Amino acid sequence: MATPDRVSYWNKTKRLMFVMLGLWVFFGYVIHMFVEQLNTIVIFGFPLGFYMAAQGSLIAFVVMLFWFARRQNAIDEEHHVNEE
Amino acid sequence: MANTTATTAGGGDFTSNLGRIYGIYTGGFIAFIILMAILSALGVENVVIGYLFMGFTIVIYAVIGVLSRTMHVGEYYVAGRRVPALYNGMATGADWMSAASFIGMAGSLYLLGYDGLGFVLGWTGGYVLVAILVAPYLRKFGAYTVPDFLSARYGGNLARLIGVVVLFSCSFTYVVAQIFGTGLISARFLGIDFNVAVYVGLAGILVCSMLGGMRAVTWTQVAQYIVLIIAYLIPVIWMSTVKTGVPIPQLMQGQALANITALETAQGITLHHITPFAHGGYDAKNYFLLILCLMVGTASLPHVLMRYFTTPSVREARVSVAWSLLFIFILYFTAPAYAAFAKWTMLDLVASGLTPENIGEKAGWMMRWAAADNTLVQICGKTATDTAAIVAACAEKGVTALSFADINLNADMIVLATPEMAGMPYVISGLVAAGGLAAALSTADGLLLAIANALSHDIYYKMIDQNAPTSRRLIVSRILLVLVAVLAAYVASTKPSDILSMVSWAFSLAAGGLFPALVLGVWWKRANSAGAVAGMIAGFGITIFYLVMTQYGADFDKATPNMELWWGVKNISSAAFGLPVGFAVMIIVSLLTKAPSRDMQDFIEEIRVPRGKQMMEEKTA
Repeated sequence: MATPDRVSYWNKTKRLMFVMLGLWVFFGYVIHMFVEQLNTIVIFGFPLGFYMAAQGSLIAFVVMLFWFARRQNAIDEEHHVNEE
Repeated sequence: MANTTATTAGGGDFTSNLGRIYGIYTGGFIAFIILMAILSALGVENVVIGYLFMGFTIVIYAVIGVLSRTMHVGEYYVAGRRVPALYNGMATGADWMSAASFIGMAGSLYLLGYDGLGFVLGWTGGYVLVAILVAPYLRKFGAYTVPDFLSARYGGNLARLIGVVVLFSCSFTYVVAQIFGTGLISARFLGIDFNVAVYVGLAGILVCSMLGGMRAVTWTQVAQYIVLIIAYLIPVIWMSTVKTGVPIPQLMQGQALANITALETAQGITLHHITPFAHGGYDAKNYFLLILCLMVGTASLPHVLMRYFTTPSVREARVSVAWSLLFIFILYFTAPAYAAFAKWTMLDLVASGLTPENIGEKAGWMMRWAAADNTLVQICGKTATDTAAIVAACAEKGVTALSFADINLNADMIVLATPEMAGMPYVISGLVAAGGLAAALSTADGLLLAIANALSHDIYYKMIDQNAPTSRRLIVSRILLVLVAVLAAYVASTKPSDILSMVSWAFSLAAGGLFPALVLGVWWKRANSAGAVAGMIAGFGITIFYLVMTQYGADFDKATPNMELWWGVKNISSAAFGLPVGFAVMIIVSLLTKAPSRDMQDFIEEIRVPRGKQMMEEKTA
């Protein structure tokens, strides 16, 4: 039911979702739009733009998901809606 | 658990000993590889090694399948909801990584360079959407299938039926690609005819999924993940060590890229491996649209979503998505390195002074592949079956020294052929074949189960006979599974397209048909039944229309001219049209019709919080 606590729970959940969605857009799309500029930087033989699509964004996705699971569980506990 | 017939898999003892059991299994598999290497050194023939590798792994999967057999509905559909997050992650990894990932992807990266990375990004980033938008909420609802959720949320069997149609279309397209992959492997490594080979692959698929449903598939998939990841990593670690002296291919890929660029420049190749938006018609628009369709498709594919129905809690479901992506990541961030080392090896081969006369001696593997299937290797524009054929074809074109561009390798063979390309012993080829087979079988199992479950649970039980006894429901499911599998094998034997395209189509179909209804169902209370039905029909309709019309045309003949592409968008990104149309129609129709009832709004409130009973309780006996 829509108690005040539930409303605040859902607002926090929504905010976390939008933060994740923003990061997803950044690592999934925005950074790769600058591939040619990034490719002028070369590290260990990797042009940076190529590196981001081959490994960099992937690492970001994995880290994001573990962070998300922790954050969302913390929100659940704070609002006492976690599973017993 | 009175109804479980086997206590070795799925019981309490089994779940607490998972680490030990799979540890022993992994050790046993490595010992088997070493044994094969010894046999090979003792002079056992290559084809025998191939049979042993594939036979041994299939027998292991079958044993797991038989041990996990069940007649309990909850076990059959959702593995009793007791699969720990980490193991569910591993099983999802195998479920996810199919013949397209294992066989097709590195090959496409080899051919497309930077532009192939769209597949790498698209097939990983989608898990973010799975975790934040869909999976935890479906787990709370407690469905057996994805159409179950659609029916409960959008009140009635119409939404369920459309859900089943979309599910069937995307999963079937996907499973055809997997059976095609098993056929390709069996044809090359067992030396049997492709048309027979697809049915051999099919038998391997059925033993795992038919007896034990989701429970058997889960524990087989964990075993298959271990095989496929070992098989993927060993050849590329080998190449990295030989070429650079450092066994970390992901890191040494930088050096490989630098060498590729240098060799390309020396050989006068102007289109570089690392150049973005230039290969195979992937301009920036198609590159980004492909990423979008693959990512959104990930969050809509029923065989992936249903894996998260098996975790013990909502919390575990979220963590499990993160584990899934970690296990998938291990293969995906290796694939670009695989492609780079393979390309470096090929460019080196060409630089060594390759002519039509000496290629048979320097790269005999090409002729063996050309003999297995005449579309795989072409040199100077003709099938390269032997030196005489190559010399004749090149003489016709006036080619005396072969360049990189004269050798045309099919994307689907590159991973499988790399061990031979880089001069590794045959035992590595056998291992790669077993890995490719594991990838294709594990995905096919998940897909066939998704289809059979939707037909038996949603159509037969929910729509035709609500009083059907449990035993009959499970028997119906098994019969349907076999029928669908045989049909898929038949379609695969007609070679409808290459693996990567077929799989990408499946993603677009799922994205266009299911994504708006799933996401808005959780995140927008105002979404109602009429909106969802209209949105699914419109989104799926546009996607499949664009796909069929541009691929086959109105006359279903590939050879005759087909519909022009709209704004040059490739049909593997068909959901680029289906997705916005689906969302728009669903929102507009919802707003024009009555808001959902008070009860429905409470139902959505309940889905959004993890605490409390799962919403759908099934009678299980």
